[in-house]
Amino acid sequence: MTATVTSPSFKENVRTALADRQLQEALSFGLGFVQRRRQAADRLPEFEALRDAARDIKNHTLAHLDLYLGAYEERVVASGGRVHYALDAEQARGIVLDICRRTGARVVTKGKTMIAEEIALNDFLTANGIAPVETDLGEYIIQIRGEAPSHIIAPAIHLKKEQVEADFRRVHGNLPPERNLTEPAALLAEARGVLRERFLAADVGITGANFLVAETGTSIIVTNEGNGDLTQTLPKVHIVLATIEKLVPTLEDVAQLMRVLARSATGQDMSVYTTLSTGPRRPDDPDGPQEYHVVILDNGRSAMLGGEFNDMLRCIRCGACMNHCPVYNAIGGHAYGWVYPGPMGAVLTPSLAGIERARDLPNASTFCGRCEEVCPVRIPLPRMMRAWREREFERRLSPATVRSGLKFWAFFARRPRLYGAATTLVAPVLALVGRARGRFRWLPLAGGWTRTRDFPAPQGSTFQTQWANRRRR
Amino acid sequence: MADPNTTTGTRPRSMRVGLFVTCLVDFIRPSIGFAAVKLLEDAGCLVEVPRQTCCGQPAFNSGDRADSWEIARQVIETFEPCDFVVVPSGSCAGMIKTHYPELFSGDPNWLPRAQAVADKTFELVSFLVDQLGITRLVARFDGRVTYHDSCAGLRELGIRRQPRELLAGVAGLELKEMHEPELCCGFGGTFCVKYPDISNAIVTKKVDDILTTGADTVLAGDLGCLMNMAGKLQRRGAQVKARHIAELLAGMTDLPAIGEAGTRARDLP
Repeated sequence: MTATVTSPSFKENVRTALADRQLQEALSFGLGFVQRRRQAADRLPEFEALRDAARDIKNHTLAHLDLYLGAYEERVVASGGRVHYALDAEQARGIVLDICRRTGARVVTKGKTMIAEEIALNDFLTANGIAPVETDLGEYIIQIRGEAPSHIIAPAIHLKKEQVEADFRRVHGNLPPERNLTEPAALLAEARGVLRERFLAADVGITGANFLVAETGTSIIVTNEGNGDLTQTLPKVHIVLATIEKLVPTLEDVAQLMRVLARSATGQDMSVYTTLSTGPRRPDDPDGPQEYHVVILDNGRSAMLGGEFNDMLRCIRCGACMNHCPVYNAIGGHAYGWVYPGPMGAVLTPSLAGIERARDLPNASTFCGRCEEVCPVRIPLPRMMRAWREREFERRLSPATVRSGLKFWAFFARRPRLYGAATTLVAPVLALVGRARGRFRWLPLAGGWTRTRDFPAPQGSTFQTQWANRRRR
Repeated sequence: MADPNTTTGTRPRSMRVGLFVTCLVDFIRPSIGFAAVKLLEDAGCLVEVPRQTCCGQPAFNSGDRADSWEIARQVIETFEPCDFVVVPSGSCAGMIKTHYPELFSGDPNWLPRAQAVADKTFELVSFLVDQLGITRLVARFDGRVTYHDSCAGLRELGIRRQPRELLAGVAGLELKEMHEPELCCGFGGTFCVKYPDISNAIVTKKVDDILTTGADTVLAGDLGCLMNMAGKLQRRGAQVKARHIAELLAGMTDLPAIGEAGTRARDLP
């Protein structure tokens, strides 16, 4: 079991999302990421060159991943930490639970980690009598709502502040009604007050990792709230949840990647906090955990190495592709039905959760190309979505109606004379039928279009017919 | 009206230009094809229209490699003899120019032929500006227009400056940009049929953006996008007309706009 997959009901999810007025308002408001990314990129003359460098660093690492994994583990062990390898979600959960049980943990604080979402860790810990507490504001909000993140860096972007206020009043029992919670700052202060107590009560702190540095055995997180620091320094045990593609050779490489990460994500030059952790607390450290564990999850990624979807492993999870995606902006993240939404999810979900369950995702793209245009590591996302479509077509996973429609059209498109004869006959007829209005309000086989849009009538004979007549004259 | 004697730039005479008219223009709006012919002939090109169907994009983007190969080979064979292949669509030009070589990347026999055709294939407006050096066409249009950057032309072929350059020279024309002219209109080829609800949500935003410009005409270089935007504008009862930029540049704006009733194009030209 991994996180619940509702991707098979994508079309239903879409209908629900489009009819959800709160969601549509929240989406239309957005966070201004697109504009800010543009400005950040424009401010940095070497931004495009940095994207090339970022791509090359990730490509190099992926090509020598065995080497860097080995080197990384060696450095972690040398600094007093432990590395655990998990082939799948079940193993990863088991490792985390073992550590929690051995240390007698009752409360676990969590920094933002998509890997924990991927392995559905919160439900698992709860079922085993351990209370997970999300400490990232967005994650905390969706945790108390019992929802999944709808964006990889802005998990509660689908919500309006009025909804958050209602949730806080519902869950934080002692809130006086006269307390003003209409502004985001007030909501933040309220969450911070509640979370402070949890930070101090926690036995284990779990964070994700933006990078694992082979050279030093360091794990790095970037955050804007500082919650990650408290999560990993206050409890006696720190567990880092990461996946194999987070490896980077050196700190210098990290510095390069960080220059494109925040700029691509939020348009910041850098995130507010960049936290490096290397092993447990050393004798003369003022603070830090007694135990330091890194769980490195595979969960299908090694099967992508060296294959058609290898480039997807370059992803540094900035979220730029979804911020710029017209489809994501229309339906939000939940409709995609698994942990990773938007264009990166449309490629990654079929790889990790299976194409049978994610058939719609790579198809639900206009191929506008904006995702690839902004990807800091230049992942050819449309090409990869198309590669999934090819696999679906080969395996006959695409709907029968689509396949037969395509075959019917291709039969003509492959026979120019027949095609010419057919279109020469049909175009004037349609033109005649649509002549009065110049367009159709309804057309057979195009109901999806004409339900919401008019469809233009042909002008008359086809261009090629008219051209031939002109030549004859 | 564009006039052959008032275009500028170097114009090699008797260049054989094969017009890839595109299946949509062929079937729905031949006047765009004739506008392209006029612009090319005015610029001194010898235009040929070999028998053709489609560039194969519906198959290619549906994951149907076998049909894509078949159709692409047909297009390559047909247009190999031409000096240039010109397409009044960024999407179909992009298919030939960027995706054909990709499609045949594992085929040593067809890759060089695909690449050769790709190298001489151009979208119409960028061909006029970048290849023929035309910076100004003498044309007149009294009205306020807005220009939608179709995705493939913009991102695969880098077409942004060229249409605006030519529009700037049109007498009487005022170009009023949208907030986000580069945002997809939601057409997406087969996408709009497979996911009509999402497509509608996207084109709704596009139309909002068009309407805030106060333009009376929306222009683009791709008929697919234009049909989508026109269809939504008309369903909403908006008075904004949709036209292909080639029609305006060729002085053919007396024809009914896309999806409008009026005289048929049979008498053209």
